[in-house]
Amino acid sequence: MQALTNRAQAVNRKPMTIMEKLYLPSIAKGMGITFSHIFKKQPTIQYPEEKRPFSPVFRGLHVLNRDEEGRERCTACGLCAVACPAEAITMEAAERLPGEENLYREEKYAARYEINMLRCIFCGLCEEACPKDAIYLSETFAPANFARKGFIYGKDDLLIPDPTKDPAGFAAAKGEGQ
Amino acid sequence: MTLLAIDWGLLIEKLVLIAVVVFGSLGIALYTTFAERKVAAVLQDRPGPNRAGPFGLLQPFADGLKLIMKEEIIPNTSNRVLFILGPGLAMTAALMTCAVIPWSSHVEMFGRKIELQIADINIGILYIFGVVSMGVYGIMIGGWASNNKFSLMAALRGASQAISYELAMGLSLIAVLMLSGSLSLKTIVEEQMAQGGLWNIAYQPLGFLIFFVCALAECNRTPFDLPEAENELNFGYHQEYSSMKLGFYLFAEYVNMIMSSAVMACLFFGGYDVPFLDESTLAPNIAAIIGVAALLTKIVIFIFVFMWIRWTIPRFRYDQLMNLGWKTMIPLALVNMLITGAAILWKAGV
Repeated sequence: MQALTNRAQAVNRKPMTIMEKLYLPSIAKGMGITFSHIFKKQPTIQYPEEKRPFSPVFRGLHVLNRDEEGRERCTACGLCAVACPAEAITMEAAERLPGEENLYREEKYAARYEINMLRCIFCGLCEEACPKDAIYLSETFAPANFARKGFIYGKDDLLIPDPTKDPAGFAAAKGEGQ
Repeated sequence: MTLLAIDWGLLIEKLVLIAVVVFGSLGIALYTTFAERKVAAVLQDRPGPNRAGPFGLLQPFADGLKLIMKEEIIPNTSNRVLFILGPGLAMTAALMTCAVIPWSSHVEMFGRKIELQIADINIGILYIFGVVSMGVYGIMIGGWASNNKFSLMAALRGASQAISYELAMGLSLIAVLMLSGSLSLKTIVEEQMAQGGLWNIAYQPLGFLIFFVCALAECNRTPFDLPEAENELNFGYHQEYSSMKLGFYLFAEYVNMIMSSAVMACLFFGGYDVPFLDESTLAPNIAAIIGVAALLTKIVIFIFVFMWIRWTIPRFRYDQLMNLGWKTMIPLALVNMLITGAAILWKAGV
């Protein structure tokens, strides 16, 4: 029969030699190999205690950013929601009232801002679409949860700590690479 | 009236000994399951179970709790009585073996001389063989009562495998019995312990090899674990079992492992003998403790070798298994027997 490729190899059908029929030499060799693995270094990382460092460009959980004075940067323009290929972002806009200038940077802000972390594919397109640098992806990922609704992250989950009130938390959430 | 007097001391002594030995074996079996997972992990460059308690030491209890808490299913089409009897029989047969194993010499306590052996019967080895053969009924009944074709096939495989390898095992043992001239395990051990006496492994290396291979087959351990071949028979004879009945089957396998290790240690490796140490110069209680430790060490080493083999060698094909059993093991055992007999006669100068 014509072989389809030249990679085919004939199976060795020779009867076993006496050494092979004894089984014991090969078994001893195999057991030597497994025994040597006792002394090998284990590549395991004990996860919750020990974590692998992420690269600075890692795309993890979203963070809604504030400016230096602690005002929310988001203006609810909806570009992130449009850019999102998984349609994970929902928002509702509201107008800033007089007296709220210390809370929101522009006249319009997001009253409700939700990301469904089960839909999100962490592509980072929202981060790229945002004209106000209001959303970026951090180096943590969504923790496990028992219910689906626990994966819909609202504003209180996403907003970064206020730099004027909690500078340490702000710096930690911001991360080094940002 | 003297004829009816009961030696209550003896009764209590034996009951305590039975309790200690049975619960001790169960405890060791519990931790053997843990050791199996750890050995497997270490041989495969993994850390193994390490979450339950320090170093994962509570893992066997977690496993046991899981098995007990699981739903117990008895299939409608199964034979209910036999279905329940199967695992019980497997477990009973596994535990009954420990009755004749000499765990150590004697201790002197409360002015009594207590032998650390439940029963020193003069047909100890025959008893072990009889009980081990009964273990096959556990597999056979369990597989048949499940009314499942895979279970039945696995049970048939298990039974034919056990019968084939028991023959070679018995024949290899005859050579040892010819040397010792006794069927009592205690006598066999004490002959090996005697001054100037060597362990039987020195006289019977081939016999030991045959016995060891057959012990692997008897315990359904890899490379002879055909009755529970996961990939061909979906788990074999205990496929329909759940909850603690499954646990009993799995547990019986580990108890069997411990018992066959103990028997091998007694027959070929001097039982509770410590090499290069004259036990008769020590106080009897200290000698007994050292003896128990020595026997347990030997058992642990054997169990490690069992596991080491399991995580190295793939399973035999069924025809290879039968070929090895009937065409290699039995002739080898017969030759071993002939050579031993000839050597004994030559030494006696007949």
